[in-house]
Amino acid sequence: MVALSLPSVLTGCERWPDALDPKAPEAHDIAWLIWTFTGLLGAIWLAVVIAMLIAIRGGRRVAPPAAGATPLDALALHPAGERSRTVIVGVLGGLTALTVLVLTGLSYATQRSLFAPRQEGLSILVTGKQWWWELQYEDADPSRIVETANEIHVPVNVPVTLKLEASDVIHSLWVPRLMGKEDLIPGRQNVKRVFVTQPGVYRGQCAEFCGQQHAHMGLLIVAEPMADFERWRDRQRAEAASPSSDEQQAGHDAFLKRSCVMCHQIRGTDAGGRSGPDLTHVGSRMTLAAGTLPLTRGSLAAWIVDPHGVKPGVDMPLTKLEPDELNAIAAYLESLK
Amino acid sequence: MTDVAIRASEKDLRDTDLAAEDLHDRLSRAWGAKSGLIGWLSDVDHKAVGRRYIFTAFVFLALAGSAAALMRLQLARPESQLIGPDLYNQLFTMHGTTMMFLFAVPVMQAFAVYLAPLMVGTRNIAFPRLTLFSYYVYVLGGLMIWVAFLMNIGPDVGWFAYTPLSGPQFSPGKRSDIWAQMITFTEVSSLAVAVSVIVTVFKQRAPGMTLDRIPLLVWAMLVTSFLIMFAMPAVMLASTMLILDRLVGTHFFNYAEGGDTLLWQHLFWFFGHPEVYIIFLPGTGFVSQIVGTFSRRPVFGYLPLVLALVATGFLSFGLWVHHMFATGLPQLGASFFTASSMLIAVPSGLQIFCWIATLWGSRPVLATPMLFVLGFLFIFVLGGMTGVMVASVPIDLQVHDTYFVVAHFHYVLIGGAVFPLLGAVYYWFPKITGRLMSERLGKWNFWTAFIGFNVAFFGMHILGLMGMPRRVYTYQPDLGWGPLNMVSTAGALLLAASFGLFFINALVSMRSGAPAGNNPWGAGTLEWATPSPPPVYNFARYPIVRHREPLWAEGDELPVAHGLMVSQRELLITTLTEARPDLREGTPDGSIWPFIAALAVAVAFICSIFWAIAAVWGSALVGLTLIGWFWPKSVTEDVT
Repeated sequence: MVALSLPSVLTGCERWPDALDPKAPEAHDIAWLIWTFTGLLGAIWLAVVIAMLIAIRGGRRVAPPAAGATPLDALALHPAGERSRTVIVGVLGGLTALTVLVLTGLSYATQRSLFAPRQEGLSILVTGKQWWWELQYEDADPSRIVETANEIHVPVNVPVTLKLEASDVIHSLWVPRLMGKEDLIPGRQNVKRVFVTQPGVYRGQCAEFCGQQHAHMGLLIVAEPMADFERWRDRQRAEAASPSSDEQQAGHDAFLKRSCVMCHQIRGTDAGGRSGPDLTHVGSRMTLAAGTLPLTRGSLAAWIVDPHGVKPGVDMPLTKLEPDELNAIAAYLESLK
Repeated sequence: MTDVAIRASEKDLRDTDLAAEDLHDRLSRAWGAKSGLIGWLSDVDHKAVGRRYIFTAFVFLALAGSAAALMRLQLARPESQLIGPDLYNQLFTMHGTTMMFLFAVPVMQAFAVYLAPLMVGTRNIAFPRLTLFSYYVYVLGGLMIWVAFLMNIGPDVGWFAYTPLSGPQFSPGKRSDIWAQMITFTEVSSLAVAVSVIVTVFKQRAPGMTLDRIPLLVWAMLVTSFLIMFAMPAVMLASTMLILDRLVGTHFFNYAEGGDTLLWQHLFWFFGHPEVYIIFLPGTGFVSQIVGTFSRRPVFGYLPLVLALVATGFLSFGLWVHHMFATGLPQLGASFFTASSMLIAVPSGLQIFCWIATLWGSRPVLATPMLFVLGFLFIFVLGGMTGVMVASVPIDLQVHDTYFVVAHFHYVLIGGAVFPLLGAVYYWFPKITGRLMSERLGKWNFWTAFIGFNVAFFGMHILGLMGMPRRVYTYQPDLGWGPLNMVSTAGALLLAASFGLFFINALVSMRSGAPAGNNPWGAGTLEWATPSPPPVYNFARYPIVRHREPLWAEGDELPVAHGLMVSQRELLITTLTEARPDLREGTPDGSIWPFIAALAVAVAFICSIFWAIAAVWGSALVGLTLIGWFWPKSVTEDVT
């Protein structure tokens, strides 16, 4: 499959998505909490299993069964055994309550720091759609608003506010190495704050079942130093690059002639559809179809020629194209850096 | 004497002075089912209904298990082309829905129907016709959804069916309607059984079985029945609102028209969390009975165990929001539910300690039922620990909706309910069929199940932490989830094989197992006082209970009450707390009306999926069958 080549795309990552390999303070705090709980609770579990094994095989046998004795006689012979059982079970019950209290406290302390109000930085509106992520970088100055999809660029060491909405069904944003989940719910706006401290490319995925292609609703968070981020943002604000070769020009013309324009926008051209992802700078993204394919000219062509082969059930329709047109469109889209 | 007088005295004949054989003949005549197909369909003996209920529930277990095996095959390798997304989504929906609604709850209720009357020492369940009716409604509901699945209109939005994905806009067609209506079927049936069990336990206990002499399993069934009565209406309401949204254009869950998307989740989980305890508490009841019998002593801590059951029941209604931590709720509210979710570890922990204290030093014989109990302790306690983890808001935000949670609840449900259930089948099979199951196959069954289960599900904890979300039909190779998924699939196949052994063992033993005798395990509770299998009337004379383990206290000769009629079905009604004999009460004999009424209900429910107006004429149809059912007949007046 084409997807086999994804690793080359994600060269920024030395390891794979992993809640225990945190790269942001939030994920770090949670990882610490997970380890603490696992250690403590694992020890308790082990103690219970050992106690169980001793109970059935070890220790003194309570009563050798006398001939004709009923189980009740045996019990009546050992009132001391019952008393010590009462004490031990009582103490263990108390310890259970204490453990639970301590763990609740730890959990609450972590929760407080996770949701502590932070200074507002960058604000991004993330809209979940079946099955991709629409992104809008908000700004008081309308000319600085940026629209893109599936790849969230953020500056490191700057608090970022993600405003989460959904336009169809419920989705959930999850990037294990950066943060826990937050649902995107139609008719509501949830807010998730993310603060990345290490530059890198982090993979995320929709975590709430959202229909047929829930499995292929990935996204990337690209964290980079402020200067790089600003450069990226300025490029994204610009209109689409003009075709620089005959093939790209042919692709441009075919794109505008065909039904592509009904759904996709390429700013700077007449393509103004709004129901599919904005393609103005599609060539600058690392993946295609919400993290499903690495973005290459080949995968662009494969996707356009048969979206349902790659992602069965997706909204994008089959478009009848001549082979020349297909190659030209792929070349044009790839050039939209 | 005149003929009339003889007939009158025959009719009023009591069991007081009858010889054992004569009594058996007369009671068998009064309590026996009619012959023929109609007689079979009309049989209201709780044991017949219970057997059929148990059998049917295991058929659904096999179906849902096969769906799981197919999913595991699909997930064994990345980008597998074995099963497409559409079928996969139907499979996981059918797996969850069937396991929860058509297997786990019904099988526990089925055991209650079979065992509760025997264990409290009465001759039939309260409202036997209602119980029979509930069985037919359950079967028809299950048939509907599986036939729909075979016709490729099986539901595909998960057993939780979140709106708006399950709503009219995003699930056109009939798939979600079939799901919602199946809920209505199964809830009607479980409410009916819950009522019957509660009344049986409250009013039909053998004389002398005071509240503190009720066997722990019966306590568990009682608490479970109350949970069902309070939890199930929430989901029935929700599924009805969903189907109204879909069929007649109401907007309960449509935010654009003033409805609320999250309302569904609140209603669903207000049912959905108690549901877990509805499944788990009967499991603890099985464990208590088996542990007591095999450690040859009364279970330690009867009172704390009963209080733990009741406390768990109450607490289970205050946890539902921990399924919704990621929905953006206010943080203070969320942390309340962290505390309440963790709190439930206290009664659960107490139960575990009491069982271990019972086993301590007893050197129990490790027969198959006992092995399953030990497997339960090993697996369930681990599931309980991860349960404490997911109760924490921050941890849950990472592991929610991932394979970590899949691992967690399979440890809780398979460990906490299925292992005790299998132990219970091995334990009560001799009572139900008169024959013991094979111990040799039983040991193989246990070890393959235990190893297969852990291999299949332990790695899922790690997969979840590695970022694998639930309900994905495939994943990309470079994510590194392949090896653990392959291991998990291998374990799942071993687990499936263990169920194959179980079914073979049950079928073979039913024909050729060793004869069991009344009390093969030397247990202390009343059901073992009857022959195996028990006669239709259960007890020739009502036992009088003077101890929590009557058979241990009194030996084989239980004191009995007499004075009941033998020419017709009569029960002894006792008082609620002290179980003092109160009245003699007639109980209905077999009737075909429950079957006809259930058919009418099925017609009404199924047709209303396609034509909303069917809810109207369907109700009239059901009303007609109920008129037939309750048509006044001349009966002997109840005697006080």
